[in-house]
Amino acid sequence: MPLKKYYDQAYGWVNERIDVDGIIGFMRHKEVPISTHSIWYYFGGISLFLFLVQVTSGILLLMYYRPGPESSYESLQFLVSKVHFGWLVRDLHSWSANLMVLCVFIHMFSVFFMKSYRKPREMTWMSGMVLLGLCLGFGFSGYLLPWNELSFFATKVGTDMAGSLPAVGDFIVRVIRGGPDVTGATLSRFFGIHVAVLPGIFTLVLAFHLFLLQRQGMSQPLSWDKLPAGEKKTMPFFPNFVLRELMFWMFALAVINALAVFFPWELGVKADPFASAPAGIKPEWYFMFMFQTLKFLPPTIGSIEGELVGLAVFSLGGLLWLTLPLWDRWTGTDAAKARYISWIGVAIVGFIIVMTMIGYALS
Amino acid sequence: MPQDPNSGRRQFLNYILGGGSLTFLASIFYPVLKFLTPPAANDAAVTAVDAGKSDDFPNDSGKIIKFGSKPALVIRDKAGEFKAFIAVCSHLDCTVQYLAKDRVIWCACHNGKYDLNGINISGPPPRPLLPLKVNIQQGTIFISKEA
Ligand code: FES
Repeated sequence: MPLKKYYDQAYGWVNERIDVDGIIGFMRHKEVPISTHSIWYYFGGISLFLFLVQVTSGILLLMYYRPGPESSYESLQFLVSKVHFGWLVRDLHSWSANLMVLCVFIHMFSVFFMKSYRKPREMTWMSGMVLLGLCLGFGFSGYLLPWNELSFFATKVGTDMAGSLPAVGDFIVRVIRGGPDVTGATLSRFFGIHVAVLPGIFTLVLAFHLFLLQRQGMSQPLSWDKLPAGEKKTMPFFPNFVLRELMFWMFALAVINALAVFFPWELGVKADPFASAPAGIKPEWYFMFMFQTLKFLPPTIGSIEGELVGLAVFSLGGLLWLTLPLWDRWTGTDAAKARYISWIGVAIVGFIIVMTMIGYALS
Repeated sequence: MPQDPNSGRRQFLNYILGGGSLTFLASIFYPVLKFLTPPAANDAAVTAVDAGKSDDFPNDSGKIIKFGSKPALVIRDKAGEFKAFIAVCSHLDCTVQYLAKDRVIWCACHNGKYDLNGINISGPPPRPLLPLKVNIQQGTIFISKEA
């Protein structure tokens, strides 16, 4: 068959120069552990896939979106009502963004509970945490872009929190907002951050995260410590694991498509800086637990503003979480101590779920 | 151990190199940081605005008007008295509104409440609203910053 011949020729040409066989051989020899927890190994990959969906749909949205207080909302209205499949692209972007955050959280907690962050994978954990932070930055900056009432006030509240920091607070708020208030200047900044700054940094950190993964291979389940070598079952990374992963990707694509079709995102009411905040202001669901916690804080604790105390506690928690692999070493091989850490994780997950539910119940 | 005859010179060069690199970085980051700091708006210019005819305000109602770059809330209470505030919640910057049902100034963002003197009475707001002065001249309401 001539086609096959051309393919072989082209492959041979490239292979001769960069040794593709070598790469494939390397991937075939990479082993992925098979255990009862195997399912969790796929969530990092699914997050990666959703990121690719974000990039693709985001680039498409850029063709029509015009940032500005007089054009953002209008351009999206045009996009969803006039442009062929405009609604689909926008809904895919929103849904896959939300699902990506969810998958990243699942990925993080599965790594946490399987204790895969331990030596030598400390840098993988920390770069993952940076990626999570960037994801949340994507979410926060993207939320404002439709310039509707909800996102306008959510952004006011979110950015004003930085204002409670002593001394530098006002300055930081001004730099984030591009002025003392949330205005078109804020929209320009958020747009630039959302489509240029964050994607650039994210891609670099992601590359590092994946590089570490390739260098070190996947971590083995804890239960394997006691298993004799013969009973440790693995599968080759390529093609077995890759094909399974692809199957999950197809499944994820089907899910976001279905969500986009059956649960489209409302565009809402256009933001008006000279209107009172409407009832029902809420942030994206993944900020809900923080939002709700801050609501429960009294205006002042001692002589300090409640917000500031809340922020300090969340920042400290975040820092401890980020540096987990460094201080978790005190547990050593002591299983009882290690279980403490897991219980802390359970408590955190519980807290997040309960606060999120309360937040929605009360709003 | 004999001293390296060049060590003094080497150290000197290291200082030059290190200092030069720092200056180089500063010469890049300083303008960038300054660039990102928005220039101060001439907000102070607005001291008084015309809020419209007093007849347009029914008793027991409130309205948001523009006060420079900020929203202001003008309230006419049950007795027909006028009050005005900068409508920015002292909690996290949302725009407040008059809630006739409860006779309070209400912030929807976190359910903060102020009385009709702008004093925070419940919810998260830590401070009162910023009051404005109301002047009525021949049926027109003027609101201005309190001196
Ligand atoms: S912003 Fe007004 S109560 Fe929070």
